[in-house]
Formats: sequence, C-alpha cells, structure tokens
Amino acid sequence: MRYLPLTPSDRQAMLAVIGAKSIDDLFADVPAEARLDGPIHGLPNHASEMAVERHFSNLTRQNMTASHTPFFLGAGAYKHHVPASVDHIIQRGEFLTAYTPYQPEIAQGTLQMLFEFQTQVARLFGCDVANASMYDGSTACWEAIGMAGRITKRSKAVLSSGLHPHYVSVAKTMAQYTGDTLDTALPELSPATDSARLLGAIDGETSCVVVQYPDILGRIEDLSAIAAKAHEHGALLIAVVTEPVALGAIKAPGEMGADIVVGEGQSLGVGLQFGGPYVGLFACKEKFVRQMPGRLCGETVDAEGKRGFVLTLSTREQHIRREKATSNICTNSGLCALAFSIHLTLLGEKGLRGLAELNHGLAVQAADRLSQIAGVELVNDTFFNEFTLKLPKEARPVVRALADRKVLGGVSLGRLYPDVDALANGLVVAVTEAATMEDVETFAAALQEVLA
Amino acid sequence: MTRYFTEDHEWIEVDGDSATVGITDYAQSQLGDIVFAEVPATGATLKKGGDAAVVESVKAASDVYAPVSGTVIEGNAALEGDPALVNNDPEGEGWFFKITLSDTSELDSLMDAAAYKAFVDGL
Amino acid sequence: MSTINQSGWKPEMGSAGEAGPATYTGNKALMLEEALIFEIGTTGTTGVDLADAPKVTPRLGNLARHRDIGLPGLSEPETVRHYTRLSRQNYAIDLGFFPLGSCTMKHNPRLNEKVARMEGFADVHPLQPVETVQGALAVINELAVWLIKLTGMHAVAMTPKAGAHGELCGILAIKAALEARGDPRSVILVPESAHGTNPATAAFAGYAVENIPATSEGRVDLAALKARLGPDVAGVMITNPNTCGLFERDMKAISDAVHAAGGYVYCDGANFNAIVGRVRPGDLGIDAMHINLHKTFSTPHGGGGPGSGPVVLSEALSPFGPIPFTERHADGHYTLVEEETASARHPHSFGRMVAFHGQMGMFTRALSYIMSHGADGLRQVAEDAVLNANYILRSLEDVLDAPFAHSGPCMHEALFSDNGLAEGFSTLDIAKGLIDEGYHPMTVYFPLVVHGAMLIEPTETESKATLDQFIGAMRSVVQRAKAGDPMLKSAPHHAPRRRLDETQAARKPVLVWREPEQAVAAE
Repeated sequence: MRYLPLTPSDRQAMLAVIGAKSIDDLFADVPAEARLDGPIHGLPNHASEMAVERHFSNLTRQNMTASHTPFFLGAGAYKHHVPASVDHIIQRGEFLTAYTPYQPEIAQGTLQMLFEFQTQVARLFGCDVANASMYDGSTACWEAIGMAGRITKRSKAVLSSGLHPHYVSVAKTMAQYTGDTLDTALPELSPATDSARLLGAIDGETSCVVVQYPDILGRIEDLSAIAAKAHEHGALLIAVVTEPVALGAIKAPGEMGADIVVGEGQSLGVGLQFGGPYVGLFACKEKFVRQMPGRLCGETVDAEGKRGFVLTLSTREQHIRREKATSNICTNSGLCALAFSIHLTLLGEKGLRGLAELNHGLAVQAADRLSQIAGVELVNDTFFNEFTLKLPKEARPVVRALADRKVLGGVSLGRLYPDVDALANGLVVAVTEAATMEDVETFAAALQEVLA
Repeated sequence: MTRYFTEDHEWIEVDGDSATVGITDYAQSQLGDIVFAEVPATGATLKKGGDAAVVESVKAASDVYAPVSGTVIEGNAALEGDPALVNNDPEGEGWFFKITLSDTSELDSLMDAAAYKAFVDGL
Repeated sequence: MSTINQSGWKPEMGSAGEAGPATYTGNKALMLEEALIFEIGTTGTTGVDLADAPKVTPRLGNLARHRDIGLPGLSEPETVRHYTRLSRQNYAIDLGFFPLGSCTMKHNPRLNEKVARMEGFADVHPLQPVETVQGALAVINELAVWLIKLTGMHAVAMTPKAGAHGELCGILAIKAALEARGDPRSVILVPESAHGTNPATAAFAGYAVENIPATSEGRVDLAALKARLGPDVAGVMITNPNTCGLFERDMKAISDAVHAAGGYVYCDGANFNAIVGRVRPGDLGIDAMHINLHKTFSTPHGGGGPGSGPVVLSEALSPFGPIPFTERHADGHYTLVEEETASARHPHSFGRMVAFHGQMGMFTRALSYIMSHGADGLRQVAEDAVLNANYILRSLEDVLDAPFAHSGPCMHEALFSDNGLAEGFSTLDIAKGLIDEGYHPMTVYFPLVVHGAMLIEPTETESKATLDQFIGAMRSVVQRAKAGDPMLKSAPHHAPRRRLDETQAARKPVLVWREPEQAVAAE
C-alpha cells in the first residue's frame, strides 16, 4: 500500500514500546459488538495507481466537456481561459498541502497571498474591506443576509427576482430555521428588472435588499436608487456578483452604494469543475467589519519590526466565540482564492478590462446573430456576457436536442424554475472569450434546425 | 462614593443613584492585551447579571455582565479608538459604562474592596 | 544529544544567535523577501495576451466603468516568481511532519490531483444536461456508495462544502425530522471538549446550546447526559473518537438513551480517520455524521480549504436530507433529484444548501484515494494512525503531562498539557520551539478542557524514523521549557518571521493594502 510507510517490523517494534500485544489492544475501547473483524464486506480491496487512473479515464469519457464543443452555459458558473501558470502555482506543495495559517511565522506565503486577495476583491467590488473567502457565492449570499440582520437587528430581507434561484433556495433553506422573512418573486422575461417592486417593499422592518448584478437573466441595472431607498429606511443593500469579469466593464456595486458585496469568484482562476469547489467573495464597508463572517488576514509586524501578516479579528469566529460566533464557518476556500488572485494578478487592470471588453463584444455579436433566427427574441436591453433568449417553444427539450448535436447551448430557465410556464421558453446564453464566432455559427445553425 | 466588586471581576462605583462600571485590574491582567471593547448604547436597559458589554483579547472574547439593573447613561466612547485603556487604567479611564440604578438594594450582594481582594487571592 | 536516527541522517543542534551579516536585500540566501503585488505591479502591466475585442455598440446601459479599479498586473515571469517566493515561506505536509491534532494532515497523493484535472471532470458545467455528464454523476454516486458502506449508514448528503457546513446539514435534518413529527425541541447538548463549530452550528440553526460534562477520564459523563435528556432536547452532538483522542466507550448507550428520549445523535466525524474500516458509526446508533474528505480521505487542505463535508444519515433522517443528489437506475444511467423532481422523489427534504452539486473536485480526489486503499487498505490506515499516535503518547508521557494517559490507549491523537514547565513557559513556547526544529506545531490550546493543551496527530502516512526524530525534538524542546531557556521564550529564530504582533493587528486592523500617502492621509 503505497501511501503507508510503516513496515511489519516497524509495527512490531512500536507495539513493544507501547506495551501492547497486538493492534487490537489499541482498539480495546470499542465495544465488542461494534468491532469489525476484517475488511468491510462488498467493497473492493486496494488498487494500483494505474488501475485507479484507468477507472477515472473511463468515467471521464462519458462526459461532454466544455472545451471540446461549442459551449454557452453560464448562470453562475462561467468558462474562462485560465492561464497555465495558475494551475502550476496552485499545485506547489507549499500551497496545496499547507493548513490554515494559524502559525503565522511559517505561513507568510498563504497569509500574504490572502492579504493581496482581500485587497483585490475589495477594489474589484468597490468596497473598503474583504475577507479571506467563503465556500461559494450561494453561501456567501446567505451569510451576507445574516450579517445584515445582525447589523440592523431586523429580519426581513427583500430579494430581487433576478437573484440566482439556487441562491434564493439556499437562503430559503436557512431562513426557515433562523426565523428570517424573505420577500421573493419570480423573474419575468422582460428587459426591465423588478426594481420597482424592491423600492416598494423597503420599509422600516427591512434588514436588507439583495440584488444580483448582472442578474440571472444577464440584465444590468444601476443600483443607486435602491441603495438610497434602503439607506433612507436604515436597511442595507447587498449586491451579488456571480460573474466578476463583468466588473472590468461595468461600475462596481460599492460605487453605487452597496453596503455588502458578495460573489462567486469561480470565473477567475477556478475551472467549471461541475460546480465546485468554487470561491465565495465577501466585501463590505469598513464600519461593518466586526460583523463579517469568515477568516480575515491583517498586516502587522514581527518582533524585529518586519512587516508580516496574521489571521486577525478571530474573536468573531466559532473556535473562540462558539455559539455566539458570527457564523459557524471554519474552512474558507484558500486554494481557490489563490487561483483567483493569481489569475487577477496576471490580468491586472489592463488585462481585466481587455478581457471584459472581449467578452462583451463577443456576447453582443452572438446576441445579434442568435436573435436573427426566426421566432427567437432577445429579452435583454442591457447585458455583459450573458443574455436571455425567448424561444418559440419550451427551451428545456431544445437544450437536450442541441446537446445531441454536440452543442452545449445555454441553460434553460425550465431547469432553474421548473413548472413556471411563463419562463419555460427562456434560454440563458453566456458567451465568453472561450467561444469563437465559428462556435456561435454552429450554435445558430443547430438552434435553427432544432426550432424548425 | 463607594466602590463595589463582583465575582465576575467587574467594579462599580456608586455616586447617588448612578454608577460607573468597569472590569478590575485582575480581570484585565487575565485577559491580556485588550484589542476591542463594545460598550452598551445610551438608553439601553440592563438587568443585573445580564450581558452588558464585550471585551476581547486576541484569542478570547468575554462578556461583561451588569452588576446591577438600570438604564445606561453613557458608554465609554474612548474605548472604541483606544481599547488599551482597559489594560492601562482599568479602574479609571478604562471604565465601560455609566448606569442609573433601578434598585440600590442590589448592591448588598456585592463585595467591597477588601472582600474582593480576599476573593482574588483565593483564586 | 545528537544521535543517528533510523534514516541515517545525523541531526545537528544549531548554535543559537548566529544571525550572520545583514544583507542589502534583506534576503538570506534561499530565504527571499517578497513585496506585495501592489508594490511591484502596475495597472498598465498584464501577463496575458488577449484577442482584440470586436467593435460593437455596447449594451451596458449607462453603467460602463470609468473609475480606475486599482488592480496591479505582473508579467508571467514576474507572477510565477512572486508566488513561488511566497510559497517558500509556507510550511506544508510536502516539506515535513505536520502533527496538527484534529486536522489529519496526511500525505496528499498526486494521483488524486491528476484524476481531478481530467477534462471530463474539471471542464464540465454543473447545469449541463444530465445526459452529457454521466461520468461525473457516476463519480458522485460511487463515492456516495463507499461512504455509506464504510459508515454503515442509510444515505449520504454529498453537497455540504466543508465540515462545519456538514454539521449544519445534519442539524437541519434533525430539526426537519422533529418538526415533521410535530415535536419541535429547543436544546442541543454538546460536550465541553467539542470543536467550536458544534455549538456555533447549533446556534446558527436556532438551538440553545448546553454543555455536557466530561468524566475525569476525558469521556462524556453518561449519567449526567441521561439526567439532562428530556422532551426539550432535540439531540446531542458528540465527537467520536473525541477531541481528547479517546474512543467514547459508551457511544451506543448514549445513542440508545438519546433515542429513548426522542432525540437524535449527531456525530462530528472529524476524527473518522482513527476508526475507518474498523468501526462503522451506524453500528453505534449515530443518526448523522459529517465526513471531512480533506481529513480522512486525503484531499488537500490548500492553506485553508476548499474542504468537503458529506453527511451520512440514518434511515430516520434520510427523508429530510438536502437536494440535489444523484440516483442510479437499473440500466446504469444516472439522474439528479433536484428542484424539478424533488416533490415527487424526495418530498420531505429540508431544501438546498448550495448552488450546484457540492465539491466535485474533492469527490474525484477522495474516490481516487479510497479506491487506491480499498477496504483492506483503509482498515490499515486506521490501524497505523492509531499505532503512530500511541507510539508518540508512550514515548513522551515521561517528560510531558498526559492527562488522559491512564484512560486507556489513545486513538489517532495524543493529548498533553503544559503542567510542569518552568514558570512563565507555556504551550505556545513549545510550539514556537518546534518551528525552529523544522516542524509544524501540534494543535495548541484545544481542547479547552485541558490546560495548555497540545494535541498531536501524526496520521498513518509518517514513517517510524520521522516519529523518532520528532520525539527526540519534542523531548529537547520540553527540557528547554522546563529549564526556562530564554531563547525558547523568543522562538522561533529561524523562521521567515519572528513572533508576530497579533495585538497590533487586532487593535488597528489593516485588512487591505493602501498606497502609503493615502494611508498617511487617513491617519
């Protein structure tokens, strides 16, 4: 067994030091009726590296991969090109096999990286401060709602209908146990968002308004009026960004008055990976920092006066505050945060803006091309790299038929909102730099064929 | 003015029907470097023995309990910018809040300076 | 003091205080200082080449970003060097022994990394039609079957993102089950020695948390627990093996008592590595237990995540578990039970915990590890982990206070206290001394029930030679702490940084970088 260094004679020598006759003696505290005599029945025994690899090779071939096919899925996870050096660096053992940096003298690599990451996220979101990451965008979104509740001491959250339905579901799951009230609605296939509904719902009981930017249908809207109304009533504005590349092209939510900005960082550095692990981004105004969940890295000096970094403000966290903690979160998404940070460092401001421009340009061309197909309507007036098409028939079977033609042609709203007839014909299409105009043509031809 | 102490290491200095509350020198020495203190808002109603304030060192967070019931007159705003005051002058400038006493008989169960000293020596 | 160890390498005692001459750069040969990206990069630099964007009329409304973001870029060679230099300031399992108790820092096999990067897993979208991701669903399902069989449980919820998230999943399942039978309860009992996540999770789910006392042996006090059970107790959260490194002998009796009182038993599975293949939690009456794939099943810790915390569930709790999950059909194809089908297939679910399907990248790695070991190898894992921990316990108990050494064999970790050190010396000094010796310190000051706790978990992937050298180093550092060596008090001396001022960091938090002139202006 290649991962186990002890030899039989080592084991004998160690048992002698311990004063035990056999390994079974060391399990003497396990009640006899719960002891297993041998390997568990019905499970295979150990396998060679080659055998395991072969098994996975066989399974991986049963999947249609994004790189080998015209690909247009988004809705919270985006296919972007990740530079080769990102994956190289995150596989360095000093990053990959390190623990949470609780011993700062020998974890400055991770800590400095986190400090850089926090600064990058804060700047990208237009906020004062950011934490060292959360599990993913959906859990970060709920944590933000909880944080707004602690700050305002209120429990009614108003959720935009443009918020990713999975994020809404996660919030609903949690709210049924915390006693929070969620004011939700379904989106409509129209260019206008539901900001009028949000403005009408904000009152003196409201803890926060949650708006996704760009939203689930790809629409972009100025958040300033919602921020102003929320602040007027002592509520907070939480903005949710599932596609951070967009912020290379459009205003940061913080600039428009958002108090807390959370997001999904998967687009930068982290691959699609069938949904995880991803990296939750979490930023806010400085005055709220003590109510933030998750780990925070801060700058300080060592005993010789040299700059160094430590995890700080940890009294907010579960390992100290226990049942009074701001959250039960323990693990962050360190390695994905590293990948995000490296990718953003490689891009820099110039690269991010260029990448955003490229995404937007391709998306505009694709939207124009696809909406030329008879019966296909573009829903959006505004969008970044993702838009919604209204098809002349139910989108879900169309997506399957496209897959039969080796085109992964977007996310049907029927998948996200089952049993909502008004949304059944909606198809959300994302176009990133990874798509070529040939891909768009292939998609258009296949769609035309399927709709015919 | 009379100063009383609690077994939770708060001190309370009574002046008529109002009082000033803080944590003792012993408490601050046990906590180590104080990095954050959260004091109650003016007007808050406190119940004897209930949570009144929070004091944090790097690795520990502790609740400060109200030694008596009453209404908060003022929290020490200086602690927000300079929590080290609690270390440097715990029983003076590092006070936490001022409170009106709703029931002066609650003071009867508290210790005087000599009794508190004996209590700490016994720990 | 110097002895030849079994690997033939002769450890040399370094002499103290030889700092050497100051250097112009501040570097010390291979120990290289590295500035922040904000100090070395510029917003006009980029390390990527992009195609020209097509000229189009923007559809951004009036929201085009004009203000500078302030994101510095580096060229590719500078980027690689920046992060490579940073990486060298980290300790890691790949570098040496990492006996962090309760964290199971075992070797991370590179085969896991290889399979996780196969395109069919790394490059598929979570919302692709299920017909196009049969291989990915197969991985999730195969891992689920392993976890169910290894734990002897009824079902498993795969989506929780980490251990604490798994705890939440288990507690929500308990809450849903109680509410379904019209018997909402208000209290969760947690032992004093529990991980901080346990009470935090119970509170997060709206429960009052009460402590269960421990016996002098370091185990749950069964009589006290029984005395507290009643119609208000929703359940207990117990770690087994517990955080004192001991197996809870009375676990089955605890479960029976809790069940008889109408409650459920949550087990924190953080320490499953000690018993995998030797004990099935299902046989102990557990209703829910999370499994940290990043502990027991070797997925990398990555400097603080990502983790993964699937939760195995008893038959009683299974109907309430979260969506989505995979289903395997008789013809071998897989489907997902998610919002669309949940009302028919899983009507009592408490709902969704995350967007998408959980930590797929961790599932591939864990399955790769589990298949590599197999049923026989996993049993050997537990045996070697326990053997290594007992070897450390018995090799150090003569120099270091081991408060529960009399309580029987330890499981996968050995617990010591700081009793007997010189005046003014504590666990922290031992930890920092170990850093100079080239080790990552053990877990310190946890569990809280032991004064100055030191929790040492060697794991099964360490050789006897490694343990022998560590034991020698520990004995040396402990002797220095007993003798009151002032050089130990100021350790570490040889790390990239000396002790860091955590008080300053917390009093005046600096959480993001600001241009120096801006920082001055703000003061």
